[in-house]
Amino acid sequence: MSTPQESPHETWTGSAGARGPKVRSDCWAGVELRESGGLELELVSTVESYYGEGIRALLRAGCEALGLVNAKVRVEDGGAYPWVLMARLEAAVKDADVAGEDWLPELEAFATTSTSRDRFRRSRLYLPGNEPKYMVNAALHGPDAIILDLEDSVAPSAKSAARVIVRNALRQVDFGTAERMVRINQGEMGLADLSFIAEHGCHLVIIPKVEDAEEVHAVDARLRELTDAPVLLMPIIESAKGVMNAYSIATASERNVALTIGLEDYTADLGVQRTKEGRESLFARQAVINAARAAGLQALDTVHSDVSDPEGLRAAVLEARGLGFEGKGCIHPRQIPIVHEAFVPSEAEASKACAIVRAFRDAEARGLGVVSLGSKMIDPPVVKRALKTVEQAVQGGVLDASWESEEGGS
Amino acid sequence: MSSLENFAGRQVPAEINGRDAIPYMGVGGRKMTGRKAAPLIRSAADYPASGDKRTPSLKEALVNAGLRDGMVISTHHHFRNGDLIANQVFDVAKELGVKDLVWFPSASFPCHEHLIQYLEDGTIHHIEGSMNGPLGAFCTAGKMRGMGVLRSHGGRWQAISDGDMNIDIAVIAAPTADVFGNATGDRGPSACGLLGFALADSIYADHVIAVTDNLVPFPCLPWQIQGNNVDQVVEVEQVGIPEKIVSGTTQITKSPDRLLIAEHCAKFVRDTGIMRDGFSFQAGAGGTALSFAIYLKEMMIKAGVTAGFVRGGSNKYLVEMLEEGLTPVILDGQTFDLDGVRSMRENEGHQNTSPFTSYNFHGKGNFASMLDVVILGATEVDTDFNANVVTHTDGRLLHGIGGWQNCLASKCTILAVPSFRNRIPVILDEVTTLCGPGELIDVIATERGLCINPRRTDLIEASRGSSVPILEIHDLKREVERICGGSPQRAKTTDQVVAAIQWVDGTTIDCVRGLS
Repeated sequence: MSTPQESPHETWTGSAGARGPKVRSDCWAGVELRESGGLELELVSTVESYYGEGIRALLRAGCEALGLVNAKVRVEDGGAYPWVLMARLEAAVKDADVAGEDWLPELEAFATTSTSRDRFRRSRLYLPGNEPKYMVNAALHGPDAIILDLEDSVAPSAKSAARVIVRNALRQVDFGTAERMVRINQGEMGLADLSFIAEHGCHLVIIPKVEDAEEVHAVDARLRELTDAPVLLMPIIESAKGVMNAYSIATASERNVALTIGLEDYTADLGVQRTKEGRESLFARQAVINAARAAGLQALDTVHSDVSDPEGLRAAVLEARGLGFEGKGCIHPRQIPIVHEAFVPSEAEASKACAIVRAFRDAEARGLGVVSLGSKMIDPPVVKRALKTVEQAVQGGVLDASWESEEGGS
Repeated sequence: MSSLENFAGRQVPAEINGRDAIPYMGVGGRKMTGRKAAPLIRSAADYPASGDKRTPSLKEALVNAGLRDGMVISTHHHFRNGDLIANQVFDVAKELGVKDLVWFPSASFPCHEHLIQYLEDGTIHHIEGSMNGPLGAFCTAGKMRGMGVLRSHGGRWQAISDGDMNIDIAVIAAPTADVFGNATGDRGPSACGLLGFALADSIYADHVIAVTDNLVPFPCLPWQIQGNNVDQVVEVEQVGIPEKIVSGTTQITKSPDRLLIAEHCAKFVRDTGIMRDGFSFQAGAGGTALSFAIYLKEMMIKAGVTAGFVRGGSNKYLVEMLEEGLTPVILDGQTFDLDGVRSMRENEGHQNTSPFTSYNFHGKGNFASMLDVVILGATEVDTDFNANVVTHTDGRLLHGIGGWQNCLASKCTILAVPSFRNRIPVILDEVTTLCGPGELIDVIATERGLCINPRRTDLIEASRGSSVPILEIHDLKREVERICGGSPQRAKTTDQVVAAIQWVDGTTIDCVRGLS
């Protein structure tokens, strides 16, 4: 097996991707533009004896599609999937300032599914936008959403390459039932990110470090220019100013479905240490929850950054749930089941909710305007919450889906 | 070279290293009669009445044993990648100018790369045993003079006891021994657990040398190897590096996808009712198998279930189950880490086993077939549930068989494999090298879900209602090919057979050809 090696020849006009012996399911592409002489293709691949012929054919087709005529192209491959090879070659060619068409992989059927405003967003799994190896199996771990991140997890020098990877992943990777989210960059760079995702199967755009409604308006407006698709939005509030403007941010666009908070930046903004107890951020978290609720949005909590601390995560989710958050960010697949479990209502909560829903259905059937349980009157919001609790209990396996048909079951 | 088609439709050589080969005849197809091989008759009068069989050096011991051209020399892998003895034996052979030896190890490890020079210069003619890493690459390149022969642990016992292989000199690394040759692996500065892989050699070999770095006064207790079978005892500075028995294959995985496979397996075992009071399981080396044991343990505690027995290699996780009362017994085949070694000394409830008790097909039963469930790995599986454990799809020989073939006899055999590795599909139309027939493989467990062998309608029925995703294997293969970009090119091989793969009954189930 040959391993990718540093080429002594390093005068590339453009390049993209990851190189070196440790690269898995990714590749590096270099392009050197020439005046004449046609195309020279060099390939070093760990899967040469499995897919060498196919990779060469793909790369030749790519050079043609991307308008590369006279050039040397070198690809060092560590088992990249076809859509990754395509993304790296395209990014390298664009890095060489060759003005040409995009080279789009097929938009798979599973990339055209839609989402809904009120779906569960208990867990959202962050995937670094320039690391294709984590993407292919991400959905198997059952997150409610995956986030292809173009912002903090991508090095400044890799921003352009990551956009192409994210675009191709949206078109080619089966994310199952997970909602497909993309976190864009701040400001102008973020607006430019949108053209790589809007028409490619992205359900929801996460806008980072939002401080006022204007930033949401800008993203909303750009999306309107780019697509008719009902792409949703979720602003992250990560500063003192953002917290103060939380309600106007939450109501800035019809596309908003949730509000979330980023505590690393927020605590830095306050000039305090982020602690496990989180007392320093209690006000901000409650402000975000309150603003979200007031605007009819979900409030989602930040990530738990210690992946080797399942007990701490469980405690953090229970606390978040107690405050009014409906979801938690995940940075490792093994956090997902813990988060889901912690968001499942207890059996006592579930049976109480069932009783309320039964009383509500009963009142409906009898045409009564007032719902009562025993001697107690039940307000409409209580019914609404009970319906949600029942749904979560069924999904969490605490309650059987056919609970309503079971006579008097508790 | 003439070849024959075996029961599985594979072309196999008619002759292996000068012996007539018997093509595979199907599971249970070969009926043996006659008597087993027997060791040479020796007289106590020819050994010191004092019982002191010491020889000052390994070199003198090998000379005394009559080391000469063409002999079969055996060593063992209870130190796994920490073995220090095999290399020294052949250093001596080289020094003495002896040629064309056959190395008959119970397994080889990367530490044996040292021996390639002796394969090149003719000191070693060929290897009959597993060939990992560099040795496998050397063999597949067609550079070995004779044909490699790969056997399972049980198949190695079968080959020795049936007389297919006669061992001229067995050299046994013994962490503790006395002057008479009684030896044990569970104590001493180089304690590595047990010496079961050397047991057949100690009984059947023409000449047995025990090498130790911890000589204790007679009698060495307990004795795993009986001194009555030992010709000479040699003291050396160090026999092995016990820390290195923890090789990559015996560490728990951190990969979320592999953890998912392990979790699927454990849930399947729970949901199908295999996990019940008194049940038994074996999870081999390999990160996924180890993680399976951890998930299963949690489920056993939650359900209040205890096992009847567990088959080791003992490791930290099985020892915890023993110490927490989740199983009364570990039947040890080898030892996978130092917690296992410690527990063997300290805890009741360990029983030393050997390939004879656990795996040998030519015996009056064995433990493997009594197991309710076993979790194994594979390099490739195909849509008929056949599996490969020795070569990769590019044709390179990289792994040994170990106890894998023998464990297929269990009541439920689960192969825990990723459906692809770094773009290379694991689920194929046909395996590159057939090591285990599909009729013995019940479940293929991947990160995407489990495929149940259609022959096992009982398991299909029992898995209804389980939360584990159950897939049809052809659908899974299609999905894998969609992700990986089609089916891979197949290996381009020469006509030269570089290694034969033996089935548990001594027949040849497939062979490995040289790479062009």
